[in-house]
Amino acid sequence: MGSSGAAQPSGSSRPLLVLAAIVAVLPLGLPNAYTYEIAILVGLNAITCVGLNLLVGYAGQISLGHAGFFGLGAYGSAILAARYGWPAAVSLPVAVAAVGALAWAIGRPILRLRGHALAMATLGFGIIVSIVLATEDRVTGGPDGMAVPPLASFISGEKTWYWLVGGALVASVWMALNLIDSPRGRALRALHGSEVAAGALGIDAAAHKLSAFVLSAVLAAAAGGLAAHYAGFITPANASFLHSIALVTMVVFGGMASTFGAVLGAAVLTTLPQLLASFKDYEMVLLGAVMMLTMIFMPRGLVPTVERALAAARRRPE
Amino acid sequence: MSPRKLLALFALALPALAHGQAQPIRIGAFLSVTGPAAFLGDPEQKTLELYVEKLNAAGGVLGRKLELFAYDSAGDAEKARGYVKRLIEQDKVDLLVGGSTTGETMAAVPLAEAAGVPFISLAGAVVIVEPVKKWVFKTPHTDRMACEKVFVDMRARGVTKAALISGAGGFDRSMRAECLKVAPAYGVQIAADETYGAGDTDMTAQLAKIKATPGVQAVLNAGFGQGPAIVTKNYRQLGIAVPLYQSHGVASKQYVSLAGDAAEGVRLPAAALLVAETLPDADPQKKVVTAYKRDYESRFKQEVSTFGGHAYDGLMLAVEAMRRAGSTDKGKVRDALEATRGYVGTGGVVNMSDKDHMGLDLSAFRMLEVRKGDWTLVK
Amino acid sequence: MIEQYLLSGITTGAIYALVALGFALIYNASHVINFAQGEFVMIGGMASAAFFEAGLPLPAAILLSIAGATLVGVLLDKLAVEPARDAPVVTLIIITIGASILLRGLATLVWDKKIHRVPAFSGEAPIALGTATLLPQVLWVLGVSAAAVALLTWFFRRTLTGKAILAVSHNRLAARLMGISVRRVLAVSFGLSAALGALAGVLVSPIAFTSWDVGVMLGLKGFAAAILGGLGSSAGAVAGGLALGLIEALGAGYLSSAYKDVFAFLIIVAALVFLPNGLLGRGATERV
Repeated sequence: MGSSGAAQPSGSSRPLLVLAAIVAVLPLGLPNAYTYEIAILVGLNAITCVGLNLLVGYAGQISLGHAGFFGLGAYGSAILAARYGWPAAVSLPVAVAAVGALAWAIGRPILRLRGHALAMATLGFGIIVSIVLATEDRVTGGPDGMAVPPLASFISGEKTWYWLVGGALVASVWMALNLIDSPRGRALRALHGSEVAAGALGIDAAAHKLSAFVLSAVLAAAAGGLAAHYAGFITPANASFLHSIALVTMVVFGGMASTFGAVLGAAVLTTLPQLLASFKDYEMVLLGAVMMLTMIFMPRGLVPTVERALAAARRRPE
Repeated sequence: MSPRKLLALFALALPALAHGQAQPIRIGAFLSVTGPAAFLGDPEQKTLELYVEKLNAAGGVLGRKLELFAYDSAGDAEKARGYVKRLIEQDKVDLLVGGSTTGETMAAVPLAEAAGVPFISLAGAVVIVEPVKKWVFKTPHTDRMACEKVFVDMRARGVTKAALISGAGGFDRSMRAECLKVAPAYGVQIAADETYGAGDTDMTAQLAKIKATPGVQAVLNAGFGQGPAIVTKNYRQLGIAVPLYQSHGVASKQYVSLAGDAAEGVRLPAAALLVAETLPDADPQKKVVTAYKRDYESRFKQEVSTFGGHAYDGLMLAVEAMRRAGSTDKGKVRDALEATRGYVGTGGVVNMSDKDHMGLDLSAFRMLEVRKGDWTLVK
Repeated sequence: MIEQYLLSGITTGAIYALVALGFALIYNASHVINFAQGEFVMIGGMASAAFFEAGLPLPAAILLSIAGATLVGVLLDKLAVEPARDAPVVTLIIITIGASILLRGLATLVWDKKIHRVPAFSGEAPIALGTATLLPQVLWVLGVSAAAVALLTWFFRRTLTGKAILAVSHNRLAARLMGISVRRVLAVSFGLSAALGALAGVLVSPIAFTSWDVGVMLGLKGFAAAILGGLGSSAGAVAGGLALGLIEALGAGYLSSAYKDVFAFLIIVAALVFLPNGLLGRGATERV
């Protein structure tokens, strides 16, 4: 496992403040509810990617089934609220906690796997979740999806949701940055470098991998639950293999082992299809081409590449 | 009145006139042009574009041109939601037509309801109009109607025990659920219920199971895409003798050409559009369907499709409603849509009401049988 | 009934095996999982359908489409994988994901979004085998797949290029030091893998038709089969493919057809937990 260039410890809280400032100021540039919707989707994907990045970028594991956690969080909260009449303010945390427990339970056996076996196991998990969600139509509404009650009567409309999701994003990033800087986070990064070496230093690899896995699952489930209540509607496509791949792509695109990379990757890859929509028949071709070219020319992802370019520029003798 | 005053009045009126002339009627569409439901969205989009063009060439509606804003939601409910938001908030459309699949339609329903925009859906499931939603209408026959039509035909052939095989998609699952629900009311017992997955290449295991189920007198396959064609070929391969019914999801020449000889004798419920030429002249739909078929086929050089027909009906119903309402005011158009009576479309004769936002009855479906690679009407 | 289930399982299993072989080949040469593998299958099917519909005799259509797919494979390597050769493996995987999206988009532009069929190679009359029936096309699928595996084995054991590919998969640096051109090996691997995928596409379209997105599911199942069998060997890919096909068919027949894919993936995951290197894999890469 080669080094992926673990990000610099963010001792200063400046980047976080910048993110908070962007979130606060962005609405000035959003002309209508549709643009707010895009911003909210970016935020939800970003929360999921921040969590996924902890697992993939820092702990060096793979997950090709993370949309499964997203979907379970979404459906968990939706079913408790719609079918059992729970208030969403209760069903959402309960669903997220349940997903965390599930991640803990399945994480222990499958995190013993490495490389492609782990990729396959997570892939299998994601697919099993999406098939079950699509087949149990009496509970889930099947492939056509189900309606979801709102989160709370006072939380409605794009603007309110924007602040809610924006706040949740800043909180997630804050939490991720603190984790990375803590002894636990350093242990995670050591794992990525070499599990054997980390073990020799007394780091319990299994426990740390599991905690990264569970935390990333919890963030995905939280984002999923919020997405469900925001849209008022969910389908099993939220848990699909293609969604899982899209999430991993966002993390890698933005830059692995970079929390802000995850946010940026989510932002770019969520808005890009919207921008390409006017190209109609050429949308897929352009999307694929953009993904390929960016990864070929910026193999470490956007943020690390930009960071290196800036560092190189600073080092250049005047 | 002095010439100057006249001129001044005219100058004052001009912006109003120009405003009225220049302001096109905006029709918003979100269709699955690419993606797994492309064979729904592609003819739908072509149809909308063709007829917006024709209507504009004939002078537009209420003296105004039509402007079509069409987006490709690729069968994805989330994308559909985004585009509907865009259509309502950014493009400021007067009316929505689209939602090729039920998932996409249902994702858009809360938005249309909240914004008060009339929405004519092109998707199949009965849940779209049941319970009735104020602003949501639909043109295609429901999946429940398809089940009912098939069961009526089965009973006419003396079938009391049948088997069901369906795929994993939304259309398949929804129709399967409806068939299981209504079968008892038509005196048909469902003795076996098998499913196959998306992208499966072989259904002989499921069909072998059905073949081994005692007492099965007919099989209904609820699905669309290549699944039913594979099922049909496997069906003949296994030598299953009892009648096979398909759904309106494969009411297209593509199904017949894919399934080849295996499709001989297969029956399915479909819109009259498929047998336009062979309809008796007295048939109320004959004129509309032959005209649509001629226009579509001569322009696009491809076989007409019932799904395109639903889009035609959707657009024409909307235009009709606007003409009757005399405006594009969303509330008035909605009321006019609900008051549609006796409209003859490609799907059938439409009679809407405040309880029925689809307006078709079982007679709108014709039972067709495949004979020698072509459709024939079953009397 | 079990004979029919077994036949069904072997039929789909043979297709999965061919796709899995393609995954294994590229993985061994470059440690990259080529997510565009399914698209090679699609190109094989769609191109042969298009050529045939344009009037070419079937054998010519097949050969041309396999050749075309091989070219696409080599281009993918030269234009996308080689420029990024020093990138982390995850980046390369994302590049292949981008390539799969691109190829699907191109397919809708070059061809169309409709479903196409290719005539069966030797007719459609079912062959009875005890109480089960078999399409003649299935015999083609099984026969050609077996021949392909045999040819590949001979290729890797007896030809210089084949041995070079093996060398690179064992130890890239050492192979380079021995004068082996890693670039050429990669290009050959991609080309060969694409040819295998296209072959699978050509064989299966008479049974299951072909369309622009037929590669997504087949690619996924082929990947699962490759991992199940153990990425390190071609025998593993074949074993994984057949196993997956059989599990699906038997699961559909005896348990629940709605959940057959769930059983298949559960079994794969369970198998990996106990045999992390797959059914036939062995720690380090040994043979392709």
